[in-house]
Formats: sequence, structure tokens, C-alpha cells
Amino acid sequence: MVSFWFFHITALLYFVATLVSIVYFLSHKDRLLSIGRKALLSGFALHTITIMARWVESGRTPAANLHEALSILTWIIVGLYVVIELRYKLSILGSFVSPLALIILITASLLPMEIVPLAPALRSYWLPVHVSLALLGNAFFILASLFAIMYLIQERYLKKRKIRGLYFLLPSLDVLDELNYRALTYGFPVLTLAMITGAVWAEYAWGTYWSWEPRQIWSLITWFIYAALLHGRLAIGWRGRKAAVFSILGVLVLMGSFLMVNLMSLGRHGFLQ
Amino acid sequence: MNIVTIGLNHRTAPIEIREKISFPVQTIRDALVRLVSSSYVNEGVIISTCNRVEIVAVVNDIDKGIWDVKRFLSGYHNVPLDRVNDHLYVYTAETSVKHLFKVSAGLDSMVMGEPQILGQVKDAYSYALQHKAAGVIINKLFHKAFSTAKRIRTETRIGSSAVSISYAAVELARKIFGALESKIVMLIGAGEMAELAAKHLLSNGVRKIIVANRTYERAVDMARDFMGTPIMFREFVHYLKDIDIVITSTAAPRFIIRPDQIKEVMRTRKNRSMFFIDISVPRNIDPLVNSIGNVYLYDIDDLSGVVEANLKERTKEAESAEIIVDEGIGEFYRWVKSLDVVPTIISLKNRLEEVRAAEFNKALSSIRNIEDKDLKVLEAMTIAIINKVLHTPVMHLKSGANEVDGDLYIEVVRRLFDLEEDMDLSRKVEKG
Repeated sequence: MVSFWFFHITALLYFVATLVSIVYFLSHKDRLLSIGRKALLSGFALHTITIMARWVESGRTPAANLHEALSILTWIIVGLYVVIELRYKLSILGSFVSPLALIILITASLLPMEIVPLAPALRSYWLPVHVSLALLGNAFFILASLFAIMYLIQERYLKKRKIRGLYFLLPSLDVLDELNYRALTYGFPVLTLAMITGAVWAEYAWGTYWSWEPRQIWSLITWFIYAALLHGRLAIGWRGRKAAVFSILGVLVLMGSFLMVNLMSLGRHGFLQ
Repeated sequence: MNIVTIGLNHRTAPIEIREKISFPVQTIRDALVRLVSSSYVNEGVIISTCNRVEIVAVVNDIDKGIWDVKRFLSGYHNVPLDRVNDHLYVYTAETSVKHLFKVSAGLDSMVMGEPQILGQVKDAYSYALQHKAAGVIINKLFHKAFSTAKRIRTETRIGSSAVSISYAAVELARKIFGALESKIVMLIGAGEMAELAAKHLLSNGVRKIIVANRTYERAVDMARDFMGTPIMFREFVHYLKDIDIVITSTAAPRFIIRPDQIKEVMRTRKNRSMFFIDISVPRNIDPLVNSIGNVYLYDIDDLSGVVEANLKERTKEAESAEIIVDEGIGEFYRWVKSLDVVPTIISLKNRLEEVRAAEFNKALSSIRNIEDKDLKVLEAMTIAIINKVLHTPVMHLKSGANEVDGDLYIEVVRRLFDLEEDMDLSRKVEKG
């Protein structure tokens, strides 16, 4: 299968980008930034081909098992990085995105990669709509947590009053806080839409909007966590450290439930039924 | 052609020596004229700042040239040579070029990476140009030094971090707030360093400065300087909720800002970050203030620590700068090599041969029915024309190579015929 080969070359390029990022963190040589960016961008290009190849090979939206979902999730994250980089010139973000992309792809490569036929109940136009919204929402929240991590690192330097290392490379606290907030404000409506389309699809497939199955329950929990975070930010004046910690916790719940529900194939969202 | 540098700087000579052999601007013309009047010195530039005096010269004999420059230094200033000789450093050829590139980029300065030196070197070069002490080599050398320094400034962070306490405060504010345009500063008390920090913040775009002082008249005076607003000292706490950056510098023996006050302030301003700069000794702000979320407190020692860290970062950046310096040296010497007479003659011949062959073939395509024998005669004629035309210039180039202004001839030929700079000799020979 062509897509397998492309998948591994993609992972290799993300690996190179990660190595360059680590060396950059240690050496502060700005020239490395552009090398890392090139590796990450070529990784993204190959990743795009990988996904298209898989689409052709399987003859359906390539998001029907966990391997495919994680691969697309990574692709969206790197894609969002490209957009942010163009818009904000925040090249150091690439140094944080590369290791993350690598980790998710390694996880994906450990999962069964065979192309499986889709359960008849799931064959619908709602599949690409619901799944892409859900993954896009997750990607925004993951990016938000990356900004939060960057924020906490920079805040630590400023609080401890010992500046060195990443202090010189990271942008200001204000910018990181703003980016975290932006990512949340994009992620939340997308997640909401994903849940609505999911419910509509469930009504078509199984005749019920809501059936209290594990995936739905966890989505609801995640939705409430982010609703609380946004409310805290807008109404109570949560910002900076508190908001950063909260958005990292949110992503842990998100990823934890995502992997748990899918790996243990609980309920209808379990991919392996 | 040999490039030499003879000079001294803040590391090799004390101020008593440096001031004796420095060159004031008013007399630089005389000095330059006298410097290049030596028959061994073809071109020269005198760089004279309060931290260094250096003469960069192009000499036709290294030993005699160096000796003449040294004699000029001591003779011009009436200082016996053995008094200054121990303080002088001498660089030749590539080390001399490297030294100049490093000096221009601030890599040899007392404060690593400082930018003023580049302007001073530019001035020194323009004096030499003005008074006809600079020629082909010096022109190229200094332009390369300037472009290398510019590259270092844009491609490394050598000059980007603050190395003074008051500027370090501005830089920290930028790392906390990003843009400073909407920020309001409160200056409590007076003091040189605090006022300097406030001034830097103002020139970096903060919206407003509010001044509090125990003597209200003094606050009014200072506020006028900063185009700010004076307030009564005992009321300053009430204003804090709108203030983003607080600078304290009073003679108060106790803390004037306490954590419980700031906790309350942070609640009313919805946790928007605050940055406290305490430049007073004894300190004015309780250090526990720093443990409140989104509040950052720096005292004078913390700021010195920042400056120290910045200097370390600059030294680290200097390593990247060295790579750029080496690249600049490489480019300069590729140009120098192109000045060799032999490759110039070869590329000149190649250039003319290209023209001849092209024109010959063009003519050939419009002639019909020509016999091979006639063709050979015609071709031989075109070759002969080229060779005849080239004969005298080549002879002059060869004999001129050993003359003082030989480089000039070569440079002129290269420019007139558009012969590229970094040509690869072997490739050209093969082609010819």
C-alpha cells in the first residue's frame, strides 16, 4: 500500500523536525528555525499525500479507525500551525508542534493500520462532517494547550527572575495568553457543532439523538470543562497561569477519554465493531 | 597587496596611552596624508574612538609597511615608540581582515555587540575616502566589513538584549505585556535610574506616566518632563488598579507597597498582569508581592541579574556571528583572488573569444557557398584581430601587476568587461 510508505516518510520528517527543535532549544541558533520549519512543512506536504492516498485506497473518508483519526488529527494540527505561522510569524511554535506531531504519529503507527470496511450503519455523509468537526475542535484545544505550556514556561522564567534558555526564544506572556484564548474561542463552537452533527447522525443511524454511551458522555464532560474555562476567562477574569493550567487539564481529559473510549472500543464509537 | 592592522584597544592599553595616540577629527586629514606618504603604504584608514586606535593599511611590503605605520604612530604623536610598542597588536593578511570585521560588528567591543562602533568605523572610512587615502582594496574591504556587520545584526540576536539596568526593565515589560501602547506607568519617588527607565518606557510607546512624590511640587515638575500626570503621594494606592507598570524609587525606610494591597488591586483589575520595578535601597515593595498570580516584581539585584544573563546570551550569539564573519572573509578573499593578473587575463581572453565566435557564426549563417579553405582563412583573420587587440592591454596588465596601482588596472579591466568576481580558474582554463 502506497499510503503506508508515505506515512512512514511523513513520520521520519516529523522526527527530523523534532531533532532540529531540540538542538534549537539548546543552542539558540536561529538558522535552525528555518531548517526545522522546512522539515515540518515537507512533513505536512507528505502527510497530505498520505491521507489522499489512503482516501483513494479505502474508497471512503479515511477516518474510520483510530489510526486514521490520529493521523488526520496530526495533519490538522500541523495545518493550523502553518496558518498561525503565516499570520503571526510565530516560528518557535513549530518547535513545539513537531514533537507533538511525532508523538501522535508514533501512537498511530502502533495501532492496527489495515483498511477496514465501514459498518453499514456508519456509511453516511455525516461521517466526514461529524468526524472532521470533532477532530478540528480537538486540534484547536491541543494547540491551546501548547500555548498554555509555552506560557507556563515563560511565566516561570519571569517569576523566578532567572532568565535564560527559552526565555529569549519565547514570545511575551500577553501574546501567548491571547493565542491560548483565541484557540479556545475557535475550538469551542467547533466542538459544539461536532456534538450537534453527531446527535443528528445518531438519529439517522440508530433512531435516537442521545443514548448516553461513553463517547457522548465524555464529549459532554469535555464540553462543560471548556464552557467553564471560557466563562472563567470572560466573566471572572481568569487569565494567565490559571487559564493555562485549566486548558492543559482540559486537553488531558480530552485526549484521555478519546484514547480510552476508542481503544477499549466502548459503545458505538468504538472503531473496531 | 597586503592588509595589515596595527593598533591598541581598551584591553591592551590603559587610557593614558590611548589618549596620547588618539586622532581627533580636526586633524585627521593631515594624519591620513602623512600615513599614505610612506612609500610602503598604499592605502590606509585610521579608526580612532575612545576605546581603540587602529590603523588598517594596505602595504606593498609587510615588514617595512608595519615598521612605517608604527613610526608614523609614534612620530605623529611625539611619543617614543618603545612606550607604545608593548601595547600594540599587529594583524596581517586574513587575521587583519577578521579583526576589522569583528570590530565593525561590535564583537571586539567592551560591551559585546554594541552598535555605535559600526558608525565610528564608517566615519573613519569616509574620512579616508574623502582625503584619498582609500583605494580599491580598502573600498572593498570596508564595504564587506559593513555588509558583514549588518548581516550579523539581522541574523543573530547579538544586539537584541538589554545591557543596561534601565533598558532591561523595558525589555522585561515587553516580555510580560507584548505591546506597551496601552500601558500606564506609575513612577513613585525620584532617582536617576528610575527616571531613565520611565523615559525608556515612554519612548517605547507607553500610553501615560503618572508621577507620585512626597513633595507634590516635585511630582508636578517631573510630570511635566514626562508629559504625565502628578498625583498626591498618599493617594497613589487608589490609582494602582489602572496601572500596569510601577517603578518605585523613594527613600522610605519601610515597604510602601504590601501584598494584601496588591491582592485587592488584582481582584479589581481582573488579574491583568502588573509589573513592579523596585529600584530603591532599602526596598520599597515587599518581596512577597511577587508570589501573587500575574504579578512580577524585580528589584535592583534582579535587574542586574537580567543584564548579566543578557550579556551571556550575547556571548553565545557571538559564536553564530563568528560563522558569518568567516563567510564574509571568504567572500572578500574570492574577490582578492580575482584581482590576480593571470585569471583576469584568462577571463578577458575568454570574454573576447565568446564575442568573436558568436559573431563569426552569425556571419557564417548568412554566407552561402563558401569553401572550407576560405572559411579557415576567415576564421584565422577574426582570431588574429582579437589577439592583436589584446596584445597591448595584456602586456600592460602583466607589467602593471608589480606596480603600486596594479590592482587598480585589474579592477578597471574587470569592471569594463564585466568579468565576474568569483570565477573558478580551472573551469575557465578548461573552457579556453
